[in-house]
Amino acid sequence: MASPSPKSPEQSEKTKQYDRQLRLWGDHGQFALENGHICLVNATVLGTEVLKSIVLPGVGAITIVDDKIVTDEDIGSNFFLECSSKGLNRGSEALRLLLELNPAVQGNAVQEPPDQILKENPDFFKSFTVVIATSLGEKTIQDLAQHLWDVNVPLILCRSVGFLGSFRIQMKEHAVIETHPDNEQTDLRLDVPFHALSEYLDSFDIDTLDLKDHGHIPWIVIIYKAVQKWRVNNPHWPMSRKEKNEIKGIIQDFIRKDENGVPINEENFEEAIRAVNTALMPTFLPAKSQELLYCSAATNITKESTPFWIMCAALRGFVESEGKGNLPVKGVLPDMTASTDHYIKLQNLYRTQASMDAEIVYRKVQQIVAQLHCENISEADVKLFCRHAHDLHLISGSSIVSEYQLTSSVASYIARHLEEPDVMMVHYILMRASEIFQSEHCRAPGDWEPEGDIAKLKTCVTKLLSDVSCSPFPKDDHVHEMCRYGGAEIHSVSAFLGGCVAHEAIKIVTKQYKPVNNTFIYDAGSTNTATFTF
Amino acid sequence: MASGETQTSTDQQRRWLHIRKLLERSGPFCHPDFEPSPEILDFIMESCKILIVGAGGLGCELLKDLALLGFRKLHIVDMDTIELSNLNRQFLFRKNDIGLSKAKCAVEFVNKRVPGCEAIAHHCAIQDLDEGFYRQFHIVVCGLDSIVARRWLNGMLMSLLQYNDDRSLDQSSVIPLVDGGTEGFKGNARVILPGMSACIECTLDLYPPQKTFPLCTIANTPRLPEHCIEYVKVIQWAKENPWGSNIALDGDDPQHVAWVFEKAQDRAMKHGISNVTYRLTQGVLKNIIPAVASTNAAIAACCASEVFKLATSCCTSMNNYMVMNMADGVYTYTFNAEKRPDCVACSNSTRVVEIEPQATLQSIYDKLCEDPAYLMKSPGITTVINGRNKTLYMSSIKSIEERTRDNLKKKLTELGLFNGADILVADVTTPNTVTIKLKFAEYQDVEMTR
Repeated sequence: MASPSPKSPEQSEKTKQYDRQLRLWGDHGQFALENGHICLVNATVLGTEVLKSIVLPGVGAITIVDDKIVTDEDIGSNFFLECSSKGLNRGSEALRLLLELNPAVQGNAVQEPPDQILKENPDFFKSFTVVIATSLGEKTIQDLAQHLWDVNVPLILCRSVGFLGSFRIQMKEHAVIETHPDNEQTDLRLDVPFHALSEYLDSFDIDTLDLKDHGHIPWIVIIYKAVQKWRVNNPHWPMSRKEKNEIKGIIQDFIRKDENGVPINEENFEEAIRAVNTALMPTFLPAKSQELLYCSAATNITKESTPFWIMCAALRGFVESEGKGNLPVKGVLPDMTASTDHYIKLQNLYRTQASMDAEIVYRKVQQIVAQLHCENISEADVKLFCRHAHDLHLISGSSIVSEYQLTSSVASYIARHLEEPDVMMVHYILMRASEIFQSEHCRAPGDWEPEGDIAKLKTCVTKLLSDVSCSPFPKDDHVHEMCRYGGAEIHSVSAFLGGCVAHEAIKIVTKQYKPVNNTFIYDAGSTNTATFTF
Repeated sequence: MASGETQTSTDQQRRWLHIRKLLERSGPFCHPDFEPSPEILDFIMESCKILIVGAGGLGCELLKDLALLGFRKLHIVDMDTIELSNLNRQFLFRKNDIGLSKAKCAVEFVNKRVPGCEAIAHHCAIQDLDEGFYRQFHIVVCGLDSIVARRWLNGMLMSLLQYNDDRSLDQSSVIPLVDGGTEGFKGNARVILPGMSACIECTLDLYPPQKTFPLCTIANTPRLPEHCIEYVKVIQWAKENPWGSNIALDGDDPQHVAWVFEKAQDRAMKHGISNVTYRLTQGVLKNIIPAVASTNAAIAACCASEVFKLATSCCTSMNNYMVMNMADGVYTYTFNAEKRPDCVACSNSTRVVEIEPQATLQSIYDKLCEDPAYLMKSPGITTVINGRNKTLYMSSIKSIEERTRDNLKKKLTELGLFNGADILVADVTTPNTVTIKLKFAEYQDVEMTR
């Protein structure tokens, strides 16, 4: 038998290879990733584990900065070094083995210490999308962080010691349009229906429909009718639990009965009762959106403003005039039992309104762009922005230098968590104290033997605690545990953090999903994690 | 010769310096049984046998992680071969490896990269390996995408448990199971001590219910692009048989997918439905779960740390279930999943089902499939009457299904079942037959001990 020949095009090799991740960030996310260039400072276990999960999904390019020579310990714990790597430059060897993972990725190795680059060729770091650094001394951390803050390149600083690990993301500002919320709020406008919607909803008379059609009315219509009926005796919109229960009662009464007076099983009405609580949420401008649209970056648009802020300004214009206080319609209809005709009609009503609203915002964007003579923003971008206008997310970052210098707000933040008491903040203190120890003694605490270093590390801890106006820890157990680690890097701990840091770097490059803001602590011993915002 | 050996041994000592610090030093948060010693590293390297189940996204990571934690006696089992769409995360495979055994390829790579590692591959289904095989391991770590396979493996480890005369658990028969799973940016990792802490069957309700579309919606009132694709898959393919009547729809055959895609587009167009895409078609046909390297790396690493802790006691184990979500920041939550005292798999007691004496066999069959405590797929039910085995219903073999189909409509009493009778249930979700005792609802005071 001759097989039918399909007309549709075959997928490309690349689409097939990346299929499982394209379902998460789309072709446009992949495009952004392929234009990303990630710099790693120090090809430690943690460093190479990060790059592994960035190279596999197909980042554009990686650059490794590392002047170290491969040792036996490196080989024992780092998968991207082999026995023959011993004595060679660590960055070059790691790069070679990492690039084997994905031939589409470009790579460079720079065999200079980061301090020297910062001194002699600071512009070097400017061209990267994200810089990731591991295993740096206190001084270099601050110099690098200050420089990257100044040139506005995101930095992820990470550590792994014993069962503990952490990473800190430093970005001046990071705006996310596609946040992919787990439970997206519906936007149905039943309280403020647009013209086409109210016309459509009013065209139904659910009492006169025959039984088959009755079972196919979308729940949006059912709830709307129930509210109309309720409002004959109540002037306002049903808000309280009691009022919502009254609406549910009305819907219950809508359900047809059989000859014995027993309600017939009508799925759409059951769905309506379940949907009452969310569907009756009044339409309003979320506080988070309000804050975003009226912050100074959105109200003081200049030629230097990013497209995100220009769109925010245009969106504010819409909210204040055509939107009558509300954001553009999302244009997304949740799935519900309905006849095909009803559902598609309703879906098109929402989509058309969303498209009209976005069109208005787009015209406002064009006006701003024309006034300021700045670069044009595509209609597709504005549409995407409007579709996600309810869930826009902005991170306004803080600098690592202010964290290291323990400015008063940082100090009181740390103190507050220590008083709770939050053991994850204790871990943070221990990791910071170890860094101080390292710069004073040129080795990790407990590197040779643990007991002798306990008192010395404790001194560093106590000093740090007094800087944040906290009393010393009553027990030495965490100090002791840190000395036990002796600076050891445990492969699985670094692999966990490597996965997380790669993930955050991808979020930053693709500008999708919400990155950690801004510090993540991991304790593999108790399998706990925490996020702090310095 | 001698100096060469010494050289190797000091290299060796240096190479494992990182983990030696944890194993040769004591700390305040160690497991109470922990006694620091160089012998622990010897145990890990020379004796401790670990089975890795699955050589996919998690399995590749686990093999690497455990090899670099010093484990050498690693076994890995996977029946699959390598596909192009694996390469975005299964980092031990290259384009040249497509079509080869995942388990063999992974082992070859890691044994070469990590000197001393003696991993062994098993290119077969987990069901092909017997009790004797599973019993040899100290710890089993599992990175599967199939819930049924996971349940089967769980059942296998539970069946290895032995009990003393006083019905207490024989601790030496316990093989800990560390289990990881991912879906997109989410994942979970857990530690199961068979017979001691919650097992997979104890916590079936933690798995999300499978998404299905009612047939009448697909056939009569489609609304979503998925409905159109399902229609072509379920109804139109069988009707039109585009490649002949014996050819089943194959989600891996691009021509098949393309055919479904076109027909689904036609149907969508007819009903005014938009957004039927090739990617969606493929996703629905193959029930594709999105996957990315980073989530797999994190979850596998978490599992590997737990294996290391269990094998060495250098730190207390996770207690006992961690969920992770990396979509909004990085969020984890660790909690103590509770053991079900009457769990069919791990409780060493017979499950009692209370049922109306007038009930039919069908109602028992439905209960086994739908009750969240069982969630079986196609249970085969037998019993013993007067010392003889009697098959009541079995759908897996066609001739037996036809012979026993009428039993479903019969009442339990008509089939010779009585209050206190045992039924024996076999299913793909377990390697063992599950014994269930019937308790007729009106007999309240019957003695129910075994």
